[in-house]
Amino acid sequence: MHEFAIASSVLDAVRTEAQLRPGMRVSKIGVRIGDLAGLDPDALSFCFEALTKETDLESVALEIERKPRRQRCSRCANEFVVVNYETSCPECGEILTIFLGGDELELAYLELEDV
Amino acid sequence: MTQIPLERKVLNENDRIAGELRTRFAHHGILCLNLVSSPGAGKTSLLERTLEAFAPTQRVAVLTGDIQTDNDAVRLARFGFPVRQITTGGTCHLDARMIEKAIADWNLSDLDVLLIENVGNLVCPSSYDLGEAAKIVVLSVTEGEDKPLKYPAMFFRSELLILNKIDLLPYVPFSIVTARENAQKVHPGMEIIEVSCSTGEGLPKWQAWLENKIASSAKTMAAT
Repeated sequence: MHEFAIASSVLDAVRTEAQLRPGMRVSKIGVRIGDLAGLDPDALSFCFEALTKETDLESVALEIERKPRRQRCSRCANEFVVVNYETSCPECGEILTIFLGGDELELAYLELEDV
Repeated sequence: MTQIPLERKVLNENDRIAGELRTRFAHHGILCLNLVSSPGAGKTSLLERTLEAFAPTQRVAVLTGDIQTDNDAVRLARFGFPVRQITTGGTCHLDARMIEKAIADWNLSDLDVLLIENVGNLVCPSSYDLGEAAKIVVLSVTEGEDKPLKYPAMFFRSELLILNKIDLLPYVPFSIVTARENAQKVHPGMEIIEVSCSTGEGLPKWQAWLENKIASSAKTMAAT
């Protein structure tokens, strides 16, 4: 359960960015989480709400974009999304496939409004 | 309404410190390994067997992380190598800053190997880079062969899987074949070594893997 630590890091970024833009209010923060990030999006939302409640950031919305795991086949170069942990190639059955993405834990964007 | 792109990692700060640690380790030719597992899989036992096998002249040190107690540090200090306990006081993982702090007064030029035993937890430590050359995940046969599927991030980010407690295989419904298949699904090409820290079976393979890593990190330093 490190979602509290992650939510705090997200809020640190919100505060840093807000300080750089006086006269603006942060309304939303977009976060990207890969299936392989080892993070539960619901728990992250819960922690984010708990940490912002009754603070100046209470009105900031958290939007989470999920990223599936993607692999490329080392034999036929087919690129595919991993379903049910199945990393072998759905086209040719090759077991050795190369990781392309899906472990993201990233700050994507910030939405600001004029105060 | 204005939208501005951020496009950076959430754990930017941790990754920055981990990057600095990695550079320092490389500069001194230190092989740093991060051992992860669920509680009770045998990280400390593996370290005991590993330290026991090292020559007294081997320049190795251990950092061991736990939420409470210094029991592991006491167990590991018997072998005469420097051991330091990191007590996180509630935090479920080690982060790069804890490592930086723990080694602050160590002279890194006195070291060739730094073994880090993470907090027993198959989830959170996977997110935190500690500046290690590799993560090693320990899975014991009493835990169930579906662990790689349940905790894919950890098995994906670990270079080596140590399957521990194989002496107990006759007594538990654990299929080594299925465990290996599951690990390969999550991490195609993952290296796997089967050991028993109780009987010593398989440990020479682990020691050979480790010696090989130590030699290549020394070579990297010689090249720089």
